[in-house]
Amino acid sequence: MDLKTLHKKQDQLAGSEYQLKVLNDDEKTGKKLARFSEKLTAILLFPLKPLALDIFQVNMGKMCNQVCQHCHVDAGPDRKEIMTRDTMQTCVDLIGQHQFTTVDLTGGAPELNPNFRWFVEEIRKVNPSCKIIVRCNLTIIVANKKYNDLPVFYKTNGIEVVSSLPFYSASRTDKQRGDGVFEDSMKALSILNAVGYGIENSGLILNLVYNPAGAFLPPDQTALEKEYKTELKNKYGITFNNLFAITNMPVSRYLNYLLQTGNYASYMEKLISAFNPAAANNVMCRNTLSIGWDGYIYDCDFNQMLDLKVEAKDSQHINDFNNDSLKKRNIIVNQHCYGCTAGAGSSCGGEVVG
Amino acid sequence: MKTYYNPEDLKKFGTIAEFQKPLADKFFDYYGEVFKEGALTAREKSLIALAVAHAVQCPYCIDAYSVDTTEKGCTEAQVMEAIHVAAAIRGGATLVHGVQMMNKVKEISM
Repeated sequence: MDLKTLHKKQDQLAGSEYQLKVLNDDEKTGKKLARFSEKLTAILLFPLKPLALDIFQVNMGKMCNQVCQHCHVDAGPDRKEIMTRDTMQTCVDLIGQHQFTTVDLTGGAPELNPNFRWFVEEIRKVNPSCKIIVRCNLTIIVANKKYNDLPVFYKTNGIEVVSSLPFYSASRTDKQRGDGVFEDSMKALSILNAVGYGIENSGLILNLVYNPAGAFLPPDQTALEKEYKTELKNKYGITFNNLFAITNMPVSRYLNYLLQTGNYASYMEKLISAFNPAAANNVMCRNTLSIGWDGYIYDCDFNQMLDLKVEAKDSQHINDFNNDSLKKRNIIVNQHCYGCTAGAGSSCGGEVVG
Repeated sequence: MKTYYNPEDLKKFGTIAEFQKPLADKFFDYYGEVFKEGALTAREKSLIALAVAHAVQCPYCIDAYSVDTTEKGCTEAQVMEAIHVAAAIRGGATLVHGVQMMNKVKEISM
């Protein structure tokens, strides 16, 4: 498994412009694919507009202790981009001022940001009732002694934990996330369970994320959740709350995987043929703002990685945050958006249609 | 290169309705119903389909149900075991006729 990021390898695909060029190049697929905007136009959803500004998602930096094959962030140990405390303070002010219902912390591994704990505590002070989600990669908890108490910290601050576990078997998980990741993930899940996470009636929510380890779409979320629960309980004594089935987006390292393995054209066709208008209606960018490590504002984390800033010119950075402009903006779409509208849809919270 | 089997044709399965729509509609409705969750899960049905696809040696079906079983979360061991079931039945079907052969041989032998 390749342990270097595209950025480190100075690969063309590390650049957002080249990725967008590939996604819009019909020669790569051998035929002209319907443009996502055309699909939205046909169902009267174009231009796509926000419905609300509920979720404030913060990408705290691209540094990560893992180098997963499908990562749309191209995160890894060599990435130095990280949110500063000043930028976090501006985020805290906005979270307090606008009382977002959910603050979603992601990365990289958000816990690798040295100000992670300070940030969480400040958010709690200014918005005591909001749901704070941390997208924890699990292995960080056992990566170093200083992270072993993270589950207790999460509990103290009422954080909801969302963690990737691509499958309930070691072979498929390690193929995607690296050797030994499954074993470390099981250890971390046991620690989370011991603190009360994922235990019935504890009030401490532990959700897992499935994403396909290859060029195929996720199955029905409910059926898979049942299997995960049975397998993890029987083999490892682990429990959790919900499973989110997420579609891999043709962005960054996953786009690279598709191109390298000759699966790109068939994957895009598959996404397009599975386009679901109901999923398009419920896409997460309609109630989410995504904040980059440097304070720029995006419609979602995928647009962030493609450097597609929000269309609202007077509110592209948190220092210029303008609630009205953001509510009225047109959401920027491109060919990667098919990943969120295939089948039952996909979002950071899993399927978007029941 | 000309070939009897073209992977692209799998995507055109629905076009059989061009020549005979009422029967195609009935077939695809039936097909859709068969594969829904029922007394068997959609996953179990997909594994059966994969095994049958190998037994009838249909490359289109093998393509389709290799993807479908994987999407439904089947492991590599499970899909291979399903094919062994097909192989065992095919092998068994050959061998069990050995009894018929033995009957005949005994019938005509001293």
